[in-house]
Amino acid sequence: MKFPYSEKVLDHFKNPRNVGKIENPDGKGLEGSPACGDMVAVYLNVNSETLVIEDIKFESYGCASNIATASIITEMAKGKTLEEAKNISWKQATEELGGLPTVKAHCSVLAVEGLRAAIRDYEEKHGLVSEKETTTEEVVRRRLKHVMNPMAGLDIVRTELVTKIEINEGSVRILIDLPSDHQFASAIKEDILEKVESLWDIEEVKVVFTE
Amino acid sequence: MEDKTAYFDNSASTRLDERVFEAMKPYYFDTYAVATSEFAYSMGIDAKEALEEARSTIADSLNASPGEIVFTSGSTESSNMAIKGVTSALKKKGKHLIVSKIEDFPVLNTAKALEKQGFEVDFIEVDDTGRLNTEQLAETITDETVLVSIQHANQEIGTLQDLESISNICREKGVLLHTDATHSFTRVPIDVQKIPVDLITVASHTIHGPRGVGGLYIRKDTPINKWMDGGFQEFNLRAGLENIPGAVGFAKAVELVTEEENRQIKALRDHLIERISSEITDVILNGSKEHRSPHNANITLHYVEGESLTLHLDMRGFAVSTGSACFSRSLEASHVILGIGGDHERAHGSLRFTFSRYNTLEETDAMVDAIKEIVAQLREISPLYEKK
Repeated sequence: MKFPYSEKVLDHFKNPRNVGKIENPDGKGLEGSPACGDMVAVYLNVNSETLVIEDIKFESYGCASNIATASIITEMAKGKTLEEAKNISWKQATEELGGLPTVKAHCSVLAVEGLRAAIRDYEEKHGLVSEKETTTEEVVRRRLKHVMNPMAGLDIVRTELVTKIEINEGSVRILIDLPSDHQFASAIKEDILEKVESLWDIEEVKVVFTE
Repeated sequence: MEDKTAYFDNSASTRLDERVFEAMKPYYFDTYAVATSEFAYSMGIDAKEALEEARSTIADSLNASPGEIVFTSGSTESSNMAIKGVTSALKKKGKHLIVSKIEDFPVLNTAKALEKQGFEVDFIEVDDTGRLNTEQLAETITDETVLVSIQHANQEIGTLQDLESISNICREKGVLLHTDATHSFTRVPIDVQKIPVDLITVASHTIHGPRGVGGLYIRKDTPINKWMDGGFQEFNLRAGLENIPGAVGFAKAVELVTEEENRQIKALRDHLIERISSEITDVILNGSKEHRSPHNANITLHYVEGESLTLHLDMRGFAVSTGSACFSRSLEASHVILGIGGDHERAHGSLRFTFSRYNTLEETDAMVDAIKEIVAQLREISPLYEKK
């Protein structure tokens, strides 16, 4: 039989590692993508002295690439310090899995974000986070690096789909170099809104496509 | 792992029937002349006769005349031809078009393409079972309306529209009606003598016929322009070399569908719905219970994602499809499930099962057993599912 995924992806999909919930976890992250509907929850137990992740579990309401990425990322993060785990990139996770179809990138990025959200949750609860920063073009660009271009399997910043970012008194305007009736326009737009709307000092996000 | 796939995606494509293949063969190897060569050599006469016989068979299945059937390359072409051909012929009358919100892409995207060219298009809402509000349709028709295009059976949830009421409304208002019957043709008969629909898209790939063949029924005297330029084939409406083996295969496929077969398919489908509804918790049947094409079941299994389900099923030898965004080529949730008032969640865990002549009770039961196990396994890892 032929499958659209690597053997390692299929293995992690069929037998996901570290599945389940941790009761009263030290840190918890829940990430959802309105663009595809997937959701992933990551639970952490952290050694407060060494800041090493001692236990990690995940739950997924998602497709094969979401489940497989969440599974491999829990394996990669276990035993690492928070700082080390924070730096596990989506690229490293997919390489570890032997690659993913480009169109599936955004489902798998979610798993990486779930881990980061759980780490952030731990840091916030334990007073390890610095002051909130004001949203600048750079901050928005950083967020947009987590929005996938399904045609390339790379983010929309790196693939130069983002042509302009304007910030004006709590309102952000993002220009995307795609026609509005492009096959992936709606999916990309929803993903951008999800990533940028949550910025604490932003009230309105506009995504503008080229005609 | 099974040797053979149990195929439950028959609205996408069907296995060709051997008898269809046998009927087509002579028109590849022996009678391969073009039909328009009838005055040049006898092989052309044989070819022409085969084409006309096939046309009569398709016409009979709709209670139409052979002169009202044009062969095409499939339902996409048929629907393009109907909508672009009629709107072009009636451009002096107006530029208003009405379609339903849950049409399949050939109609939906043709309507959107015309919208870009300056047409006004109304996308009519449907209720939570997928049925069109006929009163709303009547109110939406204006003096500018040139065509209404409402599908017969829905491609995903199988809901059948009340074609009789819809066609009567259009007739009373003096507006032409096109229907895309790709997913009901021969499974739910249409009699054009009783139902005043003007154009019908039909296709061969959903009934064990060859792919790449379809037809358009065009009621006599319907104004329609040719939209693809070339030769004078098909009453000067559809240019291009006639696909005679395709037409012959299509006609054979139509002949092979029987009422008895449709009853059997429906019984199998009902059995699947009955078992899933009674043996798995948190499921909904999408679409109408009573107004439904006999071969379609569409079920949302809450708290799990459709692509994960289909991949697990595939690994066990069962082919089905899903309305999940993860599965779609545009990464968007099914516009049909969203159109019947469902949310992303409902589309996310939806499975479409479409039956054919070749499905058996044994494989249907085996699939339900597999679904029960897979759903339990996926719910176990779902953050939304409260373990009971």
